[in-house]
Amino acid sequence: MAFYVVQFLTGLASAASLFLVASGLSIIFGVTRIVNFAHGAFYMIGAYIAFTLTERLSGAFGFWGSIVLAALAVAVIGVIVEMVLLRRIYHAPELFQLLATFGLTLMVEDLVVLIWGPDDLVGRRAPGFRGAIDFFGQNIPSYDLFLIVLGPVVLGILWLLFQRTRWGVLVRAATQDRDMVAALGVNQKWLFTSVFAVGVFLAALGGALQIPRDAVHHAMDLRIIVEVFVVVVIGGLGSITGAFVAAVLVSELNAFGILIFPKISIILVFLVMAVVLIVRPWGLFGKPEAAARKTPGLTVNPWRPLTSNERLMALAALAVAASLPLFAGNYLLTVGSEIAIFVIFAVSLHFLMSVGGLASFGHAAYFGLGAYGVAFLAKMAGLPMIVCLLLGPLLGCMGAAVFGFFAVQLSGVYFAMLTLAFAQIVWSIAFQWVSVTGGDNGILGIWPEKWAASPSHFYWLSLGVAALVTIALRMMVFSPFGYALRATRDSLLRSEAVGINAKRIQWTAFVIAGTTAGIGGALFAYLKGSVFPDNLGISLSVDALVMVLLGGVETVSGAVIGAIVYKALNIWLVSQTDLSKLVLGGFIMLIVVVFPKGIVGMLEMLAQRRRKSSPPGSPLLAKPIESAE
Amino acid sequence: MRARNYFVGAAFALMAGGMAHSAVAQDIKIGEINSYSLLPAFTEPYRKGWQLAVEEVNAAGGINGKKLVVISKDDGGKPADAQTAANELVSSEGVAMLAGTFLSNIGLAVSDFANQKKVFFLAAEPLTDAITWSKGNKYTFRLRPSNYMQAAMLVEAAAKLPAKRWATIAPNYEYGQSAVAVFKKLMSEKRPDIQWVDEQWPPQGKIDAGPVVQAVAAANPEAILNVTFGADLVKLVREGNTRGLFKGREVVSFLTGEPEYLDPLKDETPEGWIVTGYPWYSIKTPEHDAFLKAYQAKYNDYPRLGSIVGYQTIKAAAAILAKAGSTDPEKLIAAAEGISMPSPFGEITFRKIDHQSTLGAYVGKTALKDGKGVMVDSSYKKGADYLPSDAEVAKLRPKD
Repeated sequence: MAFYVVQFLTGLASAASLFLVASGLSIIFGVTRIVNFAHGAFYMIGAYIAFTLTERLSGAFGFWGSIVLAALAVAVIGVIVEMVLLRRIYHAPELFQLLATFGLTLMVEDLVVLIWGPDDLVGRRAPGFRGAIDFFGQNIPSYDLFLIVLGPVVLGILWLLFQRTRWGVLVRAATQDRDMVAALGVNQKWLFTSVFAVGVFLAALGGALQIPRDAVHHAMDLRIIVEVFVVVVIGGLGSITGAFVAAVLVSELNAFGILIFPKISIILVFLVMAVVLIVRPWGLFGKPEAAARKTPGLTVNPWRPLTSNERLMALAALAVAASLPLFAGNYLLTVGSEIAIFVIFAVSLHFLMSVGGLASFGHAAYFGLGAYGVAFLAKMAGLPMIVCLLLGPLLGCMGAAVFGFFAVQLSGVYFAMLTLAFAQIVWSIAFQWVSVTGGDNGILGIWPEKWAASPSHFYWLSLGVAALVTIALRMMVFSPFGYALRATRDSLLRSEAVGINAKRIQWTAFVIAGTTAGIGGALFAYLKGSVFPDNLGISLSVDALVMVLLGGVETVSGAVIGAIVYKALNIWLVSQTDLSKLVLGGFIMLIVVVFPKGIVGMLEMLAQRRRKSSPPGSPLLAKPIESAE
Repeated sequence: MRARNYFVGAAFALMAGGMAHSAVAQDIKIGEINSYSLLPAFTEPYRKGWQLAVEEVNAAGGINGKKLVVISKDDGGKPADAQTAANELVSSEGVAMLAGTFLSNIGLAVSDFANQKKVFFLAAEPLTDAITWSKGNKYTFRLRPSNYMQAAMLVEAAAKLPAKRWATIAPNYEYGQSAVAVFKKLMSEKRPDIQWVDEQWPPQGKIDAGPVVQAVAAANPEAILNVTFGADLVKLVREGNTRGLFKGREVVSFLTGEPEYLDPLKDETPEGWIVTGYPWYSIKTPEHDAFLKAYQAKYNDYPRLGSIVGYQTIKAAAAILAKAGSTDPEKLIAAAEGISMPSPFGEITFRKIDHQSTLGAYVGKTALKDGKGVMVDSSYKKGADYLPSDAEVAKLRPKD
């Protein structure tokens, strides 16, 4: 019995650390709607700074002072980031801020190694909390007890802050209805900045408090960021109590789950999130999102098919791309193939995101399923390459059909997180089912047959498929199906009122996007000759998001450019420098500030302006619809 | 799609990048790949090690008079990126061979690439048994003692312990899984009386140490096998110390004696663990002294195990290139099979039968000295003594 009590308390201590970080994320999202990917980075910087300070300052006051000081210092960094970076892009399309915080995270990961060195750092134990307390023969670390008390205390302070101060009232009001708060004359700028500071302070405090338990190292951020997102979503976005309950739920399930299934930790949080979101689409304590008052920034420039001139230009560009094998070497051609494959992957997500308005955080699942489909067919059934390429993507299609059915019942960030949960479930199956998938050692030896083996042939194959896929998806955008899909994106209520079966349309779009991603994955398996669980992993999903956002989510085919720029730059930087993350992160942040509508989005806006100043051509095009109130 | 113009632009940009290194005909180039950005704690000393080796090789006249050049690439910890890097090294840089890699899945990905493109590959760090056995191929050689070898070394010491109830804690991925599997198999062969009472599989890099420690303690084992390393090890040790998990229990632990993993533990280093590792401070052989002196003189820092691996990888590559007298992969394979060479750990041989080197490891016990973790009572275990019989190896490895 004593054991179960202690295990329960241990779970509570883990929950407390998780809650501190998650609460900050929840507050920031609730008010600013920023999906703060850099939250883990702030957590990590908090730990690093606290490490340095606790090594310098001695004594009990030195230690606790250092923890608080570190959190404050990081909060100041957060304020600077908010003022310099995020303020410029609050009006950018949804999720664009994710790109900025992603760039920041990349930079921080390299910066901490530059500043603090590559070694794992182990900090001091907390004065007064070094030992353990005996509980019927079981030991409970006193620091755990401290954390168990701290969690509810922080929850209480936050509650008081939100319920009993004017600032808290404003924050709650903004969480519920930002526009109304602005209309009432509240200075949103400072409200956002202060909220961001509080959120970052909590993240850094969470990081600093890990000093006595953990090692400080440069991958701490990734270890925590996904988990806290999950906790926030399970609890319900913007709900602090929800975050607390979710943190306890997840930690306790883990603490007791490992007694029965020792391998459960790898997937547990995602399983819980999937179940919770299917049963309660807005998390445990969340409320349904209020119907959007205005059409999201999309459709400012009405989409139109390419003019015949533009078509010729596109064809010419394709012809130039196809002539690459005439002058480029094998390496460049292979890189070209990889870029073409990522164009397929990016346009498939772009279709879902910008046409369907459904941002998936787990799109790599279908890419990877396509790759595994090919691997199974080629290695187990021994089918020829062309058959594998045709049938392999069906695995992606099937995955998308199953998961898409559940995912499209949700919307917004909940949709995104459910797709993430599904992707992680698929990933962990690939990772754990060693006898079939080879586990993390993957499946090797899937090389193309002779006719496609030479780099130039494979390049033409990939380029051809990429062009076909892009054209097909574009045609779909301007087909009746595409219009129906855009209608569900722009206004769910109105589209249903005119008789569109929104869920079915969205589900179909999800399956199309999944299958297309699977085609990319199938080619990727042959390009690399092997398949690994990485191909379904979070980082690949994030890459796809970055490509789409970089290209411009409001455009028809911006992802093509996004994929080319991001992938080419990434490969080139990784090859040229060990600090590729620092440079790439800096580049992304620069793009975010200079091109707040993405690269193609910005180019289109410039073209639009020029058209406006010159005598009007088509009256419809010359007059942008500002917003469909 | 106006978009397509950029495709070409990007391609040109890439090409310009590729041309930046123009080849000098008389140099011999080795293409080196490792997870520099993902695992700097291990790869930084590794890099210093191979840089020292390159310097020494060239100071001694290079390879049959030609200068040795190492072109190094980061794989970011992703198999797919490692292949891109391997392709660049082979296709645009024209390297004579590939070398390096740390993670097992990356080692396997590059090894498969080498097999497909018929390029010589000298795997430095990956520990998986698959790379020389079940997924072995004729183009791939491996330097470091494999999972099997390290397990066999530890089993030799562990089997002598009186403990009968054992629990295991290992990261939940291939390395952890196969380390536990081999250890259990060899241990149960020597000690049929042993019971395996609990196993814990925390995700790599994400251990929730408190519940794990508590769960292991609840099974009340007499001895524990640990395979976690890095930050996970730190958390495990800290929770274990506080909760008294290691009190009165024997612990056998993979890799923990390597300075990379032992040094961060500082005054929390648990005493009396049986570990594999690298006690650079207590090795007194002329070969190692020479290496240590050169390393400390160049970097003003002590070597980690990664330094040894990096150093010996390039030394081995140079020896193979010199013996082959050519960069033709078939000749390199012929030269590498059965080649013997000196190393800081004494003479090593690359076996013909499975392309595994006989580099060994040190086995000893952890101890606390002046607030720092050290390895004591350590002795060198030759790799050759801890490999299965040739008949067994032949069964494990596919025919080339």
